[in-house]
Amino acid sequence: MTSIGTGYDLSNSVFSPDGRNFQVEYAVKAVENGSTAIGIRCKDGVVLAVEKIISSKLLKPGANKRIATVDRHVGIVSAGLIPDGRHFVSRARDEASSWRSTYKGPIPTSALANRLGGYAQAYTLYSSVRPFGVTSIIAGWDSEAELPIDGQVGSGPKSGAGGKVQDAKAGGPGLYMVEPSGLYWGYYGAATGKGRQAAKAELEKLDLSSGKMSLMEGVKEAARIIYVAHEDSKDKDFELEMSWISSTDGPTKGRHEEVPREILEEAEKAARRALDDDEEEEADKPSGEQMEE
Amino acid sequence: MDHFPGTWGRPRNDVYGAYDPSYLQSTGPKTHTSSPAVTGTSVVGVVFNGGVAIATDNLASYGSLARFTDTKRLRVFGDQAVVGFGGDVSDMQYIDRLLESIDIRENYSSHGNTLNAKNLHTYLAKVFYKRRSEFNPLWNHVLVAGFDSDGKPFLSSADLLGTTFSAPHLATGFGAHLAVPILRRLFPEERPVEEIGQEEAVEALKQCMKVLFYRDARSTDKYSIAVITKDKIDLKEDEQLEKQSWAFAEKIKGYGRQTV
Repeated sequence: MTSIGTGYDLSNSVFSPDGRNFQVEYAVKAVENGSTAIGIRCKDGVVLAVEKIISSKLLKPGANKRIATVDRHVGIVSAGLIPDGRHFVSRARDEASSWRSTYKGPIPTSALANRLGGYAQAYTLYSSVRPFGVTSIIAGWDSEAELPIDGQVGSGPKSGAGGKVQDAKAGGPGLYMVEPSGLYWGYYGAATGKGRQAAKAELEKLDLSSGKMSLMEGVKEAARIIYVAHEDSKDKDFELEMSWISSTDGPTKGRHEEVPREILEEAEKAARRALDDDEEEEADKPSGEQMEE
Repeated sequence: MDHFPGTWGRPRNDVYGAYDPSYLQSTGPKTHTSSPAVTGTSVVGVVFNGGVAIATDNLASYGSLARFTDTKRLRVFGDQAVVGFGGDVSDMQYIDRLLESIDIRENYSSHGNTLNAKNLHTYLAKVFYKRRSEFNPLWNHVLVAGFDSDGKPFLSSADLLGTTFSAPHLATGFGAHLAVPILRRLFPEERPVEEIGQEEAVEALKQCMKVLFYRDARSTDKYSIAVITKDKIDLKEDEQLEKQSWAFAEKIKGYGRQTV
C-alpha cells in the first residue's frame, strides 16, 4: 500500500485524497486473517459453518461456540476479531428484542441485516471509534406459516375486516453478509475469513441460485467447503462448527439450532472422503502433463 | 357562630352556593391498575403418575359480558412447562411477552432452555410480589404445571399478591370452591399420586370443567386442556364439553320468575 505513511490512514472518518477510508480497509485485513466462515441458502433452510482453529490443547473440544443465536430464527457467525463479533451479536439481539417490543413479532432477516449494516457503518464515521474488525454472516428463516403475535390471546375475526388473506405467500430463507464498511448484500452463498477465496470458488460450483439445493445437501456441502478451504493451512488442527435453520415443517421448525452431532459427524466423514478422492485423482493424473513443461 | 368546624374558612353557602366536595378528590393515587377489566375464570390442574394435566375454558369476560370466546389461557413455556392464567387478560398478555423474552434469552446458550416449571413458578411468584409491593399488581392467579429439577411432576399456584401454594390438585378462582371438592373426592390424600393414571386425571378435569360451566356464570363450554409428560406437551385449545345434562336446573328454586 503506497498510501501508508501519508497520514490519511491514522484516523477513522478521514478520507484520503483518492477517496478511501484506510481504517476500514485495515479492518478488512483483520477479517482476512480470521477463521473461514460460510453460509449457504437452501430452498428449505440456511446453513452456517465455521472453521475453528484449535489454538491450544487446553481448550475444551466443542466449547467456545462461534455461531450465535439471535432471537429464535436467526444465526450469526463472524470472521475476524472474536470480541468484535460478540459485540455485534449482542447488538443484533438488542435489535431483535426491540423489534419484538415494537411490532410484537419476530424481526425479518432482511430488517435485521439492514439494522446491523447501519450499525457497522456508524463505526466508520467518527474519529473516536474504530470500524468493526469482523465480517458477519447473518442467516435466518422468516416463518412462512402464520405466527401468533406476542401476547395474542385469541384468533381474531374469522371473516370481514381483520379477517385473514387466504394463501398469502410469505417468509423463506435469508442470508446476508455485513462487512466492516457497513456494506451488506444478500447472498445465495457467502464466505469470509482466511479461506474465503477457495470457499467462494466451491460455492460458485453449487448452482445455488436455481433454488434446488435441499438443506441436508447444504449441510454436506458446507462441511466439505470448510474442509477444502482448510487445505491451505493444513498444519493446524481445526474443529468444524455448524448450525442450521430449517423451514417450519423441517428438522428445526424454523429455529436456529446447532446441527445435531450425528449429522455433523456424517457430513465431516463425507467431507474427508471427498478430499481424499480429490487427492487420489490428482495423483492418478498422467504425469505426462508435467513432463511436457 | 358556626358550630360546624368542617365549614370554617370555606366560601359561604348563602353567597356562593353549596360547596362541591368533589374538588377535594382531585388528586390521589392511580387506582385503575388495581382492579381487573377483562378476566378469565378458573384454572384447574391435576398431577398424575408421570405428568400433569391442566385445563381452562376459552372465555375472557368483560364484567358479566362474555366478551372473547376463543381466548388461549394456557401458555406453553419452553418444552417442559405450561402456565394457566386466571384473572386479568391484559396482564396475562404482559406476562406472556415477559416469558417469551425469557425463553428467547435462555435459548442463546448452546445447551438450550434449562428453566423448568419450578424455576418458572418461583420467578412468576416474585414478579407478582414485586408488583403488589408497588401497589401496581398483575391481576392474575396462575397455575404452573410441568416438572421440577428432579424430574418429578410439578404443580403449583401463584396469585396476584405473590402467595404460592402447592398441591397434587389445584384450582384458581371459582374452581377453588367448585372443582377442588370434586378432585378431593376423586383423589383423596391417602391415595398416592403413582396410582393416578393420565386418562383418569384428564377425565377428572373434564368433569370439573363441566361442573364449572354449570355453576360459574363467567364460564363457557369451550375449553383448553394440556397434558404434560416427560416426552411432550399435548395442548388442545378447541375442546367442547360433552354430554351435558341440564336436568338438575329444573329443581333449582329461588331465582327468576318462579311462582313456587
